[in-house]
Amino acid sequence: MMQTSTSSMPLPKRLIGFFAVTIALTAAVAVLGIILGMVGSFVSNGGSGVTWTFLSEFPRNNNTEGGIWPALAGTTLLVLLMTILGVPVGTATAIYLTEFAKQDSWFARSVRFAVNTLAGVPSIVFGLFGVGFFIQFMGNGIDGWLGTSSFGDGSLLWSAATLAVLTLPVVIVAVEEALRAVPRDLREASLALGATRWQTIVKVVVPNAVTGILTGSILAVGRGAGEVAAILFVGVTYSSESIPSAVTEKFMHLGYHLFVLSTQSPDVDLTLPLQYATTLVLLGLTFLLNLTAILIRSRLRKR
Amino acid sequence: MAKDIPLKIETHDFSFFYGAKQALHNITIGIPERRVTAFIGPSGCGKSTFLRSINRMNDLIDGTRTDGHMVVDGIDVYSKEVDVVTLRRRIGMVFQKSIPFPKSIYENITYGLTLNDSVSKSDLDSIVESCLRKAALWDEVKDRLNNSALGLSGGQQQRLCIARAVAINPDILLMDEPCSALDPISTGKVEELITELKDTYTIVLVTHNMQQAARVSDNTGFFLMGSLIEFDRTRTIFTSPSKKETEDYITGRFG
Repeated sequence: MMQTSTSSMPLPKRLIGFFAVTIALTAAVAVLGIILGMVGSFVSNGGSGVTWTFLSEFPRNNNTEGGIWPALAGTTLLVLLMTILGVPVGTATAIYLTEFAKQDSWFARSVRFAVNTLAGVPSIVFGLFGVGFFIQFMGNGIDGWLGTSSFGDGSLLWSAATLAVLTLPVVIVAVEEALRAVPRDLREASLALGATRWQTIVKVVVPNAVTGILTGSILAVGRGAGEVAAILFVGVTYSSESIPSAVTEKFMHLGYHLFVLSTQSPDVDLTLPLQYATTLVLLGLTFLLNLTAILIRSRLRKR
Repeated sequence: MAKDIPLKIETHDFSFFYGAKQALHNITIGIPERRVTAFIGPSGCGKSTFLRSINRMNDLIDGTRTDGHMVVDGIDVYSKEVDVVTLRRRIGMVFQKSIPFPKSIYENITYGLTLNDSVSKSDLDSIVESCLRKAALWDEVKDRLNNSALGLSGGQQQRLCIARAVAINPDILLMDEPCSALDPISTGKVEELITELKDTYTIVLVTHNMQQAARVSDNTGFFLMGSLIEFDRTRTIFTSPSKKETEDYITGRFG
């Protein structure tokens, strides 16, 4: 039997150890079970519903028939635009925090505090912020300035901007981590060769952190892709005749579409297969983003 | 010491502080041109801090401060008008750990050159070759210049770092324990290299290895607790030091 030193330990201690391991293992098994059960139920209930026509057709008959193409396209456009708006700002902030700011300065601490606070704000609050700041303040401002009337309303643009703000803390933290992982020695080697700080960042630090920056950004984007509450008031729509052709148009979204199917439909039971299939697509999209991040990360490890 | 050799680096009452902690106490020294000057002493004695003060690498640490004068080629490097980037382009540095950039061998050598100046490809090619030859690495890597520098052995990587430092055409080479992570054969090659390079460069070498200091240096300084205890010809330091602390250290009584 066991020949380890635990056998010589007093019984109460051994019991505590046994229970601790049991509880931890149970928790781990439970987590795995929940995930498998969830994915399994969606695959078995929705798997047959995910067909090419389902992915490529518009919804019909008050969302009780047809496909999810505009929601899929809208989500993709939203995620792309959000990435373009959010990741550069987040990366720049992280570069400032790690490379330029004095670590204990008043300003750096304030920015860090803001980032941490932002990460804890409920997403619906971001949505309200989007209405107040992006639509009413910026949108109306731009309209007044340009003499247009297209910016002062919810749109793909303002939804993407709202989500960019929402994912900002995740991007900043991830990029900071990636930058900090670049050895100090490499920075010193570059500086000792007469490079400026900026040259060192551009030529040595960022290239060495780029994989970490990418994975972190993709994970942040994954979080934004599934977010519904934040975009409720800033441009998402439950039905659309076309794919948005300008960033000022409203758009459909997979997560919101699911909400509409399950609560706003004249016959909820009738849409149940559609709900399962939509969920599966949404899960698949998030999984795809995470998989990309994992693949990039494993390529980094090989180098 | 011979007085006829011009001094490349001179300090007068140079002190260095990490916050409130004083790491160097009133160092006054004259480092002669085109000679190898070694600094020895126990860990934490300040020899590396002194080395890194010469090209102001310590600027990177928050809350440091200096006092007194650190003069290179007649110019106080801590005076306001000195541009630290220009200063570092005249002073090459080799670190304890060999840290090539994760780029090709070729790009490692040209890194410092292409920062500010546009150099033609043919010039770059010839500089790469001459620097790798100076670092006694050319024959080993000439067929794989575009391969990653990370594929080289530890000793080769360190010689690459020396070639990289030489490529910016400095007057001074600072070496911070360049062999401490190398096997004896690689160490031998680097030491040989140091002896060859001193015809062209003023070399300042920090080392834990007293035999190394004895083998390659012309002058040796002994640091203890942030002070320069003794500075003299290497032979004198190792045969008849004038200070008791130096003698204790080199005979292995402490440290």
